[in-house]
Amino acid sequence: MCIFALPKNKEIKMTATTIPVGSPETVETAGKLGLLPEEYDKIVQILNRNPNFTELSIFSVMWSEHCSYKNSIVWLKTLPKDGARMLAKAGEENAGLVDIGDGLGCAFKIESHNHPSALEPYQGAATGVGGINRDIFTMGARPIAQLNSLRFGNIHTQRTQWLMRGVVKGIGDYGNAFGIPTVGGEVFFDDCYEMNPLVNAMSVGIVKKGETASAISYGVGNPVYIVGSATGKDGIHGATFASADITEDSAKDLPAVQVGDPFQEKLLLEASLEVIKTGAVIGMQDMGAAGITCSTSEMSAKGEHGMIIYLDKVPTRQTGMLPFEILLSESQERMLVVVKKGQEKVIEAIFEKWDLNCTIIGEVTATKRLEYYMNGELVADVPAHDLVLGGGAPVYHREYKEPAYFAESKKFSISDVQEPSDLKEVMNHLVKHPNIASKRWVYEQYDSMVGTVNMSTNMPAAAAVVNLKETDKALAISVDCNSRYVYADPEIGCAIAVAEASRNIICSGGIGLAITNCLNFGNPYNPEVYWQFVGAIQGMSKACKKFETPVTGGNVSFYNQSTIENKTEPVFPTPTIGMLGILDTKRTFTGMAFKQAGDSIYLIGASQNDINSSQYLFSYIGVKNSPAPYFDLDKEYETQMVLRELIEQELILSANDCSDGGLFIALLESAMIHDLGFDIKTDKNFRKDAFLFGEAQGRIVVSTANEHKQALELLLNEKQIPYTKLGKVTQAEILIDQLSYGICHNFKQEYDMAISKIMTEE
Amino acid sequence: MKFGVVVFPGSNCDADMIYVIESILKQQVVRLWHKDTDLQGCDFIILPGGFSYGDYLRSGAIARFSPIMENVITYAEKGGFLLGICNGFQILCEAGLVPGVLLHNDNQKFNCKNVYISTENKNTLITQNCLPKQVLKIPIAHGEGRYYVDDNTLKQMKQNDQILFRYCSEAGQLSHLANPNGSVEHIAGVCNASKNIFGMMPHPERAADTNLGNTDGLYIFKSILGLVTA
Repeated sequence: MCIFALPKNKEIKMTATTIPVGSPETVETAGKLGLLPEEYDKIVQILNRNPNFTELSIFSVMWSEHCSYKNSIVWLKTLPKDGARMLAKAGEENAGLVDIGDGLGCAFKIESHNHPSALEPYQGAATGVGGINRDIFTMGARPIAQLNSLRFGNIHTQRTQWLMRGVVKGIGDYGNAFGIPTVGGEVFFDDCYEMNPLVNAMSVGIVKKGETASAISYGVGNPVYIVGSATGKDGIHGATFASADITEDSAKDLPAVQVGDPFQEKLLLEASLEVIKTGAVIGMQDMGAAGITCSTSEMSAKGEHGMIIYLDKVPTRQTGMLPFEILLSESQERMLVVVKKGQEKVIEAIFEKWDLNCTIIGEVTATKRLEYYMNGELVADVPAHDLVLGGGAPVYHREYKEPAYFAESKKFSISDVQEPSDLKEVMNHLVKHPNIASKRWVYEQYDSMVGTVNMSTNMPAAAAVVNLKETDKALAISVDCNSRYVYADPEIGCAIAVAEASRNIICSGGIGLAITNCLNFGNPYNPEVYWQFVGAIQGMSKACKKFETPVTGGNVSFYNQSTIENKTEPVFPTPTIGMLGILDTKRTFTGMAFKQAGDSIYLIGASQNDINSSQYLFSYIGVKNSPAPYFDLDKEYETQMVLRELIEQELILSANDCSDGGLFIALLESAMIHDLGFDIKTDKNFRKDAFLFGEAQGRIVVSTANEHKQALELLLNEKQIPYTKLGKVTQAEILIDQLSYGICHNFKQEYDMAISKIMTEE
Repeated sequence: MKFGVVVFPGSNCDADMIYVIESILKQQVVRLWHKDTDLQGCDFIILPGGFSYGDYLRSGAIARFSPIMENVITYAEKGGFLLGICNGFQILCEAGLVPGVLLHNDNQKFNCKNVYISTENKNTLITQNCLPKQVLKIPIAHGEGRYYVDDNTLKQMKQNDQILFRYCSEAGQLSHLANPNGSVEHIAGVCNASKNIFGMMPHPERAADTNLGNTDGLYIFKSILGLVTA
């Protein structure tokens, strides 16, 4: 259904002096669209006249937090983004691009869809998946793996269960039909997310070097195509909406949530990759936030050209759409493609093959301005550069101040908590806790195996390991953030998120290459929230420098907070880290499962008398405020590097890091996979609760065959890495200090069924 | 042997199937585009998994009317070998090439995991290399996989040995616990009366690469090739 028609508009005067139709708008209207008075003044200055409604709408979405990063960019720029392997750095393209050798590049990115998911969980989450995948294939990369990071309120409330069912089904229905496996993720529950869940979706794609596409536009006279779905009224002002607090009135904003169609997306994927290969494409960009406005302005600004766009040529789903509605619509599964003049037929034949709409809606000009026409009338005329991040979009330094809770929580000491007499009770509590129990109920709704690359299905590992067919390599990917730690101490907590992602990748036999981040915070105009943001960025910087994993991009989602009866509570600061790692040879692939009874178990890394911010302290003891758990960045790094050496020398059989639930849960996770058990002794120098359930960082549980024990200890001694000989793998029973806690299988049943029971019985 | 894999818009297991045939089995394989009509002289045709035409209306309902299917149906009716997996099985049912229908899973949820299936009839082209009642670990990934057929047809199917696979436990026991979708009599795969058209919900192509740690699907592929394995 290719509609090939060069614009036949009546005589159009294309001079800068033409004033667009529509009456000039005031600062009051600007305010209603979410613009500040000083931003309105800046617009008047840029245009040298008062903007009309369409123009004001354009500025309001492009200068929204979501598109302009105006309240975060100052700090984002401080993040390390250079690395030897970077092919496209943060901010240069839709996603970061990393050289993984063998002539391949890996594009990856994580993005939030929090606010839409809070109102319409199914479509909100589905379109989040659609959007992040388009960011990847618009660069010419074929997505091969998806991950997600989800946060909900109390799992026992009807609202959370409704959100969870909707979000999980939305991600599943979209991702499954699109045909890319969901290989990993995390789900976390805390009351702070009750009104405002977090839905962060990540996609990872592969492209041959030299076959990438860029989001750029240039070449006067080159045709501009819109491809894919027709444009409707859904998602108008979605970007502005994503930049405001969730309130009880937010349900009225329902039209701001888009509707997804994975079938169209699948066709768009195949067709886009095919057209990129022809060499006829100058540039392409998907329509995400702010729709046609965003793609036309970003591509033009990048290529330092302009565009004339005839909005009446845009295929619409309904009649009578106004210019601003067409410009701002966030209808899904659409692409803007700039094609070399004369190559139109090549491009159109491919879209025709895939039964996709493709229509010329304008052409590239030399003006550096975006001139939008509707039925022969100029309806908006704005300079591309002034709309975009890095151009004229405003940049703000926000004030920040340490919140009172921070000093307060530092007062906590482990001696405030009495050691529990019944360890079994703690174990039962942790194993069944939704933050620790198996997320089977969630992930079995996702197709994790399509694409036949998921190496973790039959050999679960600390990170998701994805086969790179026709090479000896594999990717290792992890998404991590314990937001309770970040709340306790933003700088340490965020550094831990990076360290944990790296630790997971190292445990699975790979090494981290780069990260993408999804920064979910409250209102940036609240100085205490901004303090959390600044701290998190500083912690991320330090850790990324240490692990040599540059930040390739991601997204910022502010305004994650709930205003109920005039009381505003931000969510925990949640800087989700998505780390990409690589196994240069599949030989180093290491699972987390104990292999057989009799193997020796070691804890690598130092034990601590620390229960800070642990799940045990938070939900079993009930202490909500305490400092972040023990963390030493340098020691963490050294420990990880030694683990890497142990794996390379094939001295260990399994590796699993101690995270939520501490050592006990790490041991259990390793034992449960093959229904084995363990017999260990604790260290008398530490409290038993700290030893077993504390979440001190930098600790890894490994198992080894007895013939390798000596070599393993030798290496650890030589590198001066502390370790503890814990004990042995058993056939089924769990023994700690010679006391039996029953067979592992009983824990496994509780662990496997806990969430499913809540979701079906409550 | 020359294989043909039909590619519908929305197919998403076509590339996985082609990878197994080409890179693991080292056989010739061609893509059969849904808008074409030429079967290119294939000896064995596969309808892969996915969401053909978005599975709009009903899974497989639109795909059966595509141009290529007209010739695929004629080919199969003349005795040509045809295997439908997951969405391909749904298309076979919609086209009436095998008996029965595939309904929404009894828990109304999409379900992706490893399951075990027991080989119920080892005297067909695709199971000849399996032992009687051999248990295979093969992944499933579907929302509409609950096999249903009326009692009379089921009786005939049993008399005629048309049940290929049943869901079972790792040890080979049939039970409701081991049945992931509520299929009648735990049925996971069937064939037509002439035993040249095969349909199954589990994905053998997802269990064929040593890199993924499970190669039970190769029993089926090697059966098709007539290879004897130890």
